[in-house]
Amino acid sequence: MLFEGNRFSSPFVTVPTGFCSWLCVVHRGTTTSETRPRCDWSFPYCQYTKEEPRCGKPILNNREPRRGKPILNNREPRRGKQEIMKWNGWGYSDSKFLFNKKGQAEFTGKRYRLSGMTLPSLQDWFENTFGASVKHKSPATVILNASVVPPPRLNEAFVENLKATGIPFSNEAEDRVFRAHGHCLHEIFALREGKKFERVPDMVVWPNCHNDVVKIVELACKHNVCLIPYGGGTSVTSALECPPEETRCIVSLDTSQMNRILWLDENNLVAHVEAGIIGQDLERLLNESGYCTGHEPDSMEFSSLGGWVATRASGMKKNVYGNIEDLVIHIKAVTPRGVIEKSCQGPRTSTGPDIHHFILGSEGTLGVVTEVTMKIRPIPEYQKYGSVVFPKFEAGVACLREVAKQRCAPASIRLMDNKQFHFGHALKPQVSSIFTHFVEGLKKFYITKLKGFDPHQLVVATLLFEGDRERVLQHEKQVYDIAATFGGLAAGEDNGQRGYLLTFVIAYLRDLGMDYCVVAESFETSVPWDRVLDLCQNVKERIIRECKERGVQFQPLTSCRVTQTYDSGACIYFYFAFNYRGLADPVHTYEQVEHAAREEILANGGSLSHHHGVGKLRKEWMKDSISNVGVGMLKSVKEYVDPENIFGNRNLL
Amino acid sequence: KACTPNYSPGRGWPCFNTDPMLKRDCFEDILEERRNSSDLKYALRCYAPVLYKGVTPCKANMLKNIVLQSDQLHYVINQVSQESGEAPDIIQEEASVILEEMAHRLQISTVRCFAFALSKAFKTLFQHVCVNEEGIQRLQQAIQEHPVVLLPSHRSYMDFLLMSYILYTYDLALPVIAAGMDFMGMKFVGEMLRMSGAFFIRRSFGGDKLYWAVFSEYVKTMLRNGFAPIEFFLEGTRSRTCKSLTPKLGLLNIVIEPFFKGEVFDVNLVPVSISYERILEESLYARELLGVPKPKESTSGLLKARRILSEDYGSIHVYFGQPVSVRSLAQGKVNRSTYNLFPRHIPRKPMEETQSFVNDTAYRIVRLQEDNMVLKPWVLMASLLLQNLEGLELSVLTEQTVWLRGLALSYAAFLDWPDQAPTAKVVSSSLALHRGLACVSGDRVSLVVGEPLGPVTPEEALFNRAVSVLSCASYRNQVLHVFLRPAMLAVAMHTAASSKKNEVYNCFSFLWDMFSNDFILCPGDTVQDFEEACYLLVKTGAVQMPQQDIVMTDIGQPTLSFFNGLLEPFLQGYQVVCRYLCEEASEGLTEKQYIPAVRSFAVKLILAGNLRCYEVLSSDMQKNALAALLRGKLPTQKALLARL
Repeated sequence: MLFEGNRFSSPFVTVPTGFCSWLCVVHRGTTTSETRPRCDWSFPYCQYTKEEPRCGKPILNNREPRRGKPILNNREPRRGKQEIMKWNGWGYSDSKFLFNKKGQAEFTGKRYRLSGMTLPSLQDWFENTFGASVKHKSPATVILNASVVPPPRLNEAFVENLKATGIPFSNEAEDRVFRAHGHCLHEIFALREGKKFERVPDMVVWPNCHNDVVKIVELACKHNVCLIPYGGGTSVTSALECPPEETRCIVSLDTSQMNRILWLDENNLVAHVEAGIIGQDLERLLNESGYCTGHEPDSMEFSSLGGWVATRASGMKKNVYGNIEDLVIHIKAVTPRGVIEKSCQGPRTSTGPDIHHFILGSEGTLGVVTEVTMKIRPIPEYQKYGSVVFPKFEAGVACLREVAKQRCAPASIRLMDNKQFHFGHALKPQVSSIFTHFVEGLKKFYITKLKGFDPHQLVVATLLFEGDRERVLQHEKQVYDIAATFGGLAAGEDNGQRGYLLTFVIAYLRDLGMDYCVVAESFETSVPWDRVLDLCQNVKERIIRECKERGVQFQPLTSCRVTQTYDSGACIYFYFAFNYRGLADPVHTYEQVEHAAREEILANGGSLSHHHGVGKLRKEWMKDSISNVGVGMLKSVKEYVDPENIFGNRNLL
Repeated sequence: KACTPNYSPGRGWPCFNTDPMLKRDCFEDILEERRNSSDLKYALRCYAPVLYKGVTPCKANMLKNIVLQSDQLHYVINQVSQESGEAPDIIQEEASVILEEMAHRLQISTVRCFAFALSKAFKTLFQHVCVNEEGIQRLQQAIQEHPVVLLPSHRSYMDFLLMSYILYTYDLALPVIAAGMDFMGMKFVGEMLRMSGAFFIRRSFGGDKLYWAVFSEYVKTMLRNGFAPIEFFLEGTRSRTCKSLTPKLGLLNIVIEPFFKGEVFDVNLVPVSISYERILEESLYARELLGVPKPKESTSGLLKARRILSEDYGSIHVYFGQPVSVRSLAQGKVNRSTYNLFPRHIPRKPMEETQSFVNDTAYRIVRLQEDNMVLKPWVLMASLLLQNLEGLELSVLTEQTVWLRGLALSYAAFLDWPDQAPTAKVVSSSLALHRGLACVSGDRVSLVVGEPLGPVTPEEALFNRAVSVLSCASYRNQVLHVFLRPAMLAVAMHTAASSKKNEVYNCFSFLWDMFSNDFILCPGDTVQDFEEACYLLVKTGAVQMPQQDIVMTDIGQPTLSFFNGLLEPFLQGYQVVCRYLCEEASEGLTEKQYIPAVRSFAVKLILAGNLRCYEVLSSDMQKNALAALLRGKLPTQKALLARL
């Protein structure tokens, strides 16, 4: 399916919503866009979603008894998705990559398109890219050993008062550990190793609604307790890490129960949603009414609306729908000073600096976002993937730049470098028919031999078009015409789709790598157009050089893609991984290299972050990034809003 | 090709210096093979150098197009057009003419011609042309990884032909060389040089924005694309005195900027030290310094110069130094993100931080060049002879040369002293090679004074003597960088009112400031240099440093007085300039009048028997002294005179 054209494309490339096809089990070969249900969200998650509250009909306190002995309260909290997710890796417990006995890679479970398939070329790619071997395993600790978790430091008075409110809480080790980390490499690595934790939250609370949050924050202020809001737990900036120097009781405020769509306004095309809702649930629930937000960050299976607001998230289809700051109409948040919100839902206001922008990107340092009014759109009628191969990365960047200049970017347009292109191909499932095999060979022959593209140079742009059929086809033609002027050749829908698949399974692949002594991470930046090429080049070279200097035996994988385009620049996303055999402290080495890479980014005109945020990982560069006065402004806001540092996760500043 | 070095000047060093950075490579004589095999075959052999990241080199014409179409140039063209009211396409045309005049047209066929001709010429002129092969290997590695800038020392016209010849010999990418426009005057030869990789720049184009834009973009384009190593002379011009010249920063700024702007990951600067046992231009330089103008470069002049082909010029040593990574140098010194807020194609004056970084880098590179200059025994002998202008007994000279050799080696001089030969042999063969400068009559060795043809005026006699003194000084100057810091300390100890360390330091610092045009003293390094000087003098036992004092030891006398003598001509020279400015100079003295005026002032003093120092007559020294005074760091002339 390498260079497939329309004729040989998979049967479900034109589905109503882009994301569904990636994450859902699909009866392969039998569905088409016409026969498939408009939304697939309910399908793979039926077990979970059955008990989910529906739009407008909140289910109150569902406190069914559970196994195990509750420690402090007899009203068991509902633990959100915790039950079906890994405690020491990415995603669902039932979904993971592994090398089976035949040495072939396979993806377990039933949730994804790749689930249950074998990936014959992954092992070769893996071993050749990292100099790794499937014989050298570095397995993770299987269960959490309670002895590595420090005992909770509870604030008795706070606990007593909390009990009186009836809000569920817990201080079980598993609950606390689950909320003590995000998905930075060092965090996951430590979980896998079963290392002793220095500091984890002392308890977890599950508020059910805005008013619960108000009560919790009031109590926290009263008893001087530290609150750390927790949404989906997908942070990659050490934002959820408990500050080791924090001596007060740390309470993780889990928003997962605040997951209802409170109302939907079709006149103004907005929905009012509780901030704890997880991306895929929000999308599924809206789909049922024929709407979507169109906000699809790569983490949307697990990340929450409140988290998006708190980190200034960006979605894959921002070209059509906008980033989170463009989508949000109204934010309600609870701070130690009280509740902050605007008095109207005017689409734009001139009322001094926009207070939403204090909350957007505040990373849990000022309060908890409880409710958000956001724009919704009718589900697009038609959706189509596409891809273009370019002989070189330079040509691809020039094309994306031109597309941005003409402001005709499709819902998503990404340019993957050569390494990522090969990486994507390593994820191709087994091809059953000889015919497909033959066609693939033919395609490859056409591109590399007849068109003279060097397989070690060529890059691929992946495209996603959305809208009404007529316009999508027109739009498609426009983009392909521009691509042609830069030497680009259309390479079929399947290649496009595979590109997006990579971003959704990449975190699962990292777990696979970590099973075999490979550590990996991704990071991002945004940069003006004229510096895109130089930045990519220099950052990769810096990583390679730093790894060499630090004794990494095998050259690391460094790969990047231009993942978003803007009028004046682009967002670049890097993957970086290396085989750590022979290193005494791989995490430390990794951190040094990542640090150097970030310095290189900043020196090359890149931003500190495009959408991951700052957290604690990149705090040290804030002063240089926003000036001393800028830091002072933020500090004074924090000082006013939260003088006692109740929201004490110490992110950002 | 045999890889074993013919001989190694590094062998037999005293062991006190264990600094691994100072470990030097061995040499190989590339002429040896030329003497044993066909030059024609050599010129026609297969030449396939490795290139930067395996890029295919672009044709000279394509390069011009890239430059002419660059955003950088377009911006300046529009700017100039707006300022002058001229249409942009006319300015564009002008730019294209400038580029035409400037650009090289590197052609392998021309290089092969040169390879053939130079083989013949080198074999006649020189005994050996020695190259450190390890340096070549390092360079080959560097060329593949990052854009390379070759920075050779500049003592002779031969330098850049020699460089290209060596790189061709070792199958390395041929450099493009920034050359002064004066070469273009040589009709045929200018074009030949152009086709062997030279590109020509005007000597001065201060205010010409367009010229600067074309020029800098041309150089940067070659650098960014890794088209070829770029070669230029940091010193800007040939040093007539064999002292390294204060580096010029223009081109260095240009080649470093792409790194700051993130256009390349790194730039490697490769210092190259080219040492001549005898410089072809030896007496020409001396005459030039005395005010006989430099002959205009012309083809016929070159042909006349053929007679030099009949002489023996000893050997040449070319040392390719360790590539210096600009990235590593700039680490922590320059914040590259300051370049983020300005479009990269708009020319901008470098920031202060950058300027001082480039300046500092330039000095460090020149010092690296100096460190790897190979010194011949004659250099030591010349230093001794200049302190004994009336002549020396041969045996005394031999004895003192041996003593000085020990001193030089303990200061880590890169001395090429034939180990096997007896000292007397070394001294006599040096004298033989330099018979134009020194002669032995009876038992005495003295400087040769140009044969007077018929009756001469006292001025003419003085002039002849000055020529031989200055020629000789150009050899002494080669060793100065080794002795400079301890010598300044010796002078400081001599002049300081007490032996207190801080007083000696004050004197040292005064000398350091004063001489910073004459010698390569890295800005801001005064304290470091002082400490180095103390370390070296203590190491060789000439000085003791009890408590806060610096005092001479019992055995320190010869060393310190040699060092005092070494700098004596410079001190006297500065003194004369001061005296002239105090006593004679009129109000409206222009710089043009200054040099001849000081010269005749000095001539008067010498003829009157009040001055015995001929080096004052050197225009180089006069200029440097004036520059030191103009820098304003020094006290007024009168005060200076008083201190001297």
